[in-house]
Amino acid sequence: MSAREEILARVRAALANVDDSVAPEEVPVPAGRPAGDDLVDRFLERVADYRAVVKTCTARGLAKAVRDALPEGARVVVPARLGIDVPGAVVDDGLTAADLDACDAVVTAARIGIAETGTIVLDHGDDQGRRAISLVPDLHVCVVRRDQVVADVPDAVALLDPARPLTWISGPSATSDIELDRVEGVHGPRTLHVLLVR
Amino acid sequence: MNTPRRSPLRSERRGDPEKTSGTFVGMPAFPEAASEALLDPQLRHNLSHATGTIRAKRSNVVAELPEWEDLRLAGAAVKDATLRSLDTHLLRLEEQLTANGATVHWARDAAEACAIVAEVARSHGADEVVKVKSMATQEIGLNEALEAEGIAAWETDLAELIVQLGDDLPSHILVPAIHRNRAEIREIFRTRMAAAGRPAPDDLTDDPAALAGAARAHLREKFLRAKVAVSGANFAVAETGTLVVVESEGNGRMCLTLPEVLVSVVGIEKVLPTWASLDPMLRLLPRSSTGERMNPYTSTWSGVTPGDGPREVHVVLLDNGRTNALADQVGRQALRCIRCSACLNVCPVYERTGGHAYGSVYPGPIGAILNPLLKGVGNDPQTDSLPYASSLCGACFEVCPVRIDIPEVLVHLRSQVVDAHRGDRRPSGESLAMKGAAYTFSDARRLERAEKASSLAGRVLERFGRTRLPGGRAAAGRLPGPGAAWTGARDLPAPPRESFRAWWRRTSGGTSGGRSGGTP
Ligand code: SF4
Repeated sequence: MSAREEILARVRAALANVDDSVAPEEVPVPAGRPAGDDLVDRFLERVADYRAVVKTCTARGLAKAVRDALPEGARVVVPARLGIDVPGAVVDDGLTAADLDACDAVVTAARIGIAETGTIVLDHGDDQGRRAISLVPDLHVCVVRRDQVVADVPDAVALLDPARPLTWISGPSATSDIELDRVEGVHGPRTLHVLLVR
Repeated sequence: MNTPRRSPLRSERRGDPEKTSGTFVGMPAFPEAASEALLDPQLRHNLSHATGTIRAKRSNVVAELPEWEDLRLAGAAVKDATLRSLDTHLLRLEEQLTANGATVHWARDAAEACAIVAEVARSHGADEVVKVKSMATQEIGLNEALEAEGIAAWETDLAELIVQLGDDLPSHILVPAIHRNRAEIREIFRTRMAAAGRPAPDDLTDDPAALAGAARAHLREKFLRAKVAVSGANFAVAETGTLVVVESEGNGRMCLTLPEVLVSVVGIEKVLPTWASLDPMLRLLPRSSTGERMNPYTSTWSGVTPGDGPREVHVVLLDNGRTNALADQVGRQALRCIRCSACLNVCPVYERTGGHAYGSVYPGPIGAILNPLLKGVGNDPQTDSLPYASSLCGACFEVCPVRIDIPEVLVHLRSQVVDAHRGDRRPSGESLAMKGAAYTFSDARRLERAEKASSLAGRVLERFGRTRLPGGRAAAGRLPGPGAAWTGARDLPAPPRESFRAWWRRTSGGTSGGRSGGTP
C-alpha cells in the first residue's frame, strides 16, 4: 500500500466510531469589532503600539511625505506600478536577493489595513511588488489609503484572495526570544514607516 | 555541519554528558529529569521570569476581546468538525495544492518524511537548507537525518539558533531557548557563531537588541545563498490549497520567499476546511501565544506563484502517530492543538521543571498528553511517566484557545498506563507518578497546603460559585493567598474536592479505591 493509501485507511479506521448521521453542532463564529467612527484612528494607534512610525498625509502631499520618510542618499527600490514618484528609486525588474540586500529602503502600497490589530496586509499586486522586495531592505515605507482600512480580522479574511500570496504585517520585525521581552528588528525590516493617506 | 556537537555550558550545568547531547532519545523518565532540573536555580529563575512576563501579556490582550469565550468555542468546533471527516479534507487539500502547482507527498512516519525532504534537497544538489522553526520537523528529527546525509540544516529562528549553536535542546514550544538568559546567550554567540558562519562582533553585549543584531548579520548570508528551504505550517486550508506560517522575526518570510525550492512538513491535523475558518484561528493564536493582538508576520501561499517566491513547492503530509491519537475517543481532542504554548506558561509543574524534563519536543501540559497519544503507552517509561507530570489543577484548560480538556485526557491516559502495566514486575506508572509528584514540587508541604486550600475552595465554590465557565464548570472569581495573582485575570475552574495526593493517601495509591495499581 502506498503511504497515501495507508494514511487514509488509518484515518478512516480511527474515525469508524464516529456517527455520521449526527451532524456536529453548529457553533457560530463571533463577529469582530464593528467599524465605528474611530476606525482610522484606531488603526493608526494600534500600528503605533508596535513601535512602527506612523504618519498621515493628503493625496496631494503623498509624494513629499514619501520623500520625507526616506533618509538622504538611501538606495530605494519600488515595485513596477507604485504610482508615486520616488526620485532615484530602482524599479524592481527581478533584482537578485543580493541586489535587494544592497538597498536601504522599499516603498510599497498595501491591500488592506486592519484597525483592531494594527495590521497591514499586502497581496503583492503591481503596486506592492513581489514578496522579496518588501522583506530584504531594512526600511519599509508602506502607503495605506483611508478606504483600505477595515475593522477586524473577519472583514480582512472575507476581502482577501487566497490565490495570491499574502503577507500580514504587524509592526517591524520583532522577537520575544530573549527572556520573552519584545525586541524590534531581526530579519525583516527593522523600521516600518506607515503613511496613511487621508 | 561543523557545529560542535556538545556544549561545555550544558555539560557544566547538568553534569552527566549522556543527558546533554542534542537529542531527546534516551532521556530519563520525567521524575528523574525533573529532580535534576529542580536543582538548577538559574534555570528556574529564567523560567519563572519568562512565563510570568508572557502570562501578564496574554491576559491583557485576551481581556480586550469580549467575544473571547465564544471565539474559543468556535475554534474548538472548527477543528473538531474538520477532524471528524479528516480523510475528505486531506483529499481536498491534496487536490487544491496540486492544482496550484505544488507537489504533495505523504509520510507514514518520521523516517519516511525525512527521506522525502532529503531527496528533494539532493535532487537540487543542495548541501544545506535554511529552516523556519517548526514543531513537526523537530518531532521527526529532520536536522539529524539531513546531517547524516551530508546536508546542513540551519535553524533561522533566533531561539532555535541559540539552541542549535549551544548544542542544546528546545525547552518551550514558542520560545525554545526560554531556559537561557541574555548573558548565557551572549556567551553562546561569542563562542559558537564563528564555527557556523559569520562570527559575532567582538564587542557584543548582552543587550537583547545587540544579540538580535548579531543573529541578523549571521543569518543574512545564509538566506541570500540558500537554494532550499524547509518549513512547517500553522494551518493548511483544504478549500484553497493554502499554507499559513505565523511568525515574528521575518526569518519565516526569508525562507518562504528567497530560496528556489520550498518543502513544508505539515502534520495531517493542521488542516482547516475553508479559507473563512482561518479567521477565528488568526484571532485566537497570537493573543494566546505571544500575547500580542497580532504577531509581526503571517505569510500565506497557495502553491507556486509565477515570478514571486519559490519555483518549486513541496508539501509533506505527515502522520507519525496522529492517526493513533485520532483513534482515541477521549484523546483525539489533543489534535485540535494550535501549538500556542499558553498551557506551558500557566503550568505550575512546567514552571518548576522546565521543558527538558518532558524528554520531548512537545513539553508542558500538551506534551504530557500528546506524546503518549502519538507514541502509545506501555512501550517506554519516559512516555508512560508523562500523564503524571501534572497536579490536575486545570489552568491549562482555562487558557487553551481551542478548549482542549487536558486534565480529562491526563486522567484517561493514566488509566491506560495502569492497564498497560498490569502484571508487570517493573514499577507501575502510578508508582512513577508518586516519584514524579514528589520531585516536581520541591516544597511538598507548601504544595499540600495549597491543594488543601484549593480543594476547600472547590467545595465552597460548588455551593456558592455564581460564575460558570462555558461548559458548565463552576469558576472562582479570585482566590486569596498565593493563588491571587493567578486568578486575578482569569477564572479558575472549581478545583476537584479531593486532590490527587489526598486521594492517593486515602486509597493507598488506588488499591483500595476500586482501581488496582502497582505498589506505591
Ligand atoms: S494545548 Fe491548547 S494551550 Fe496548549 S499549546 Fe495546544 S492550543 Fe495552546
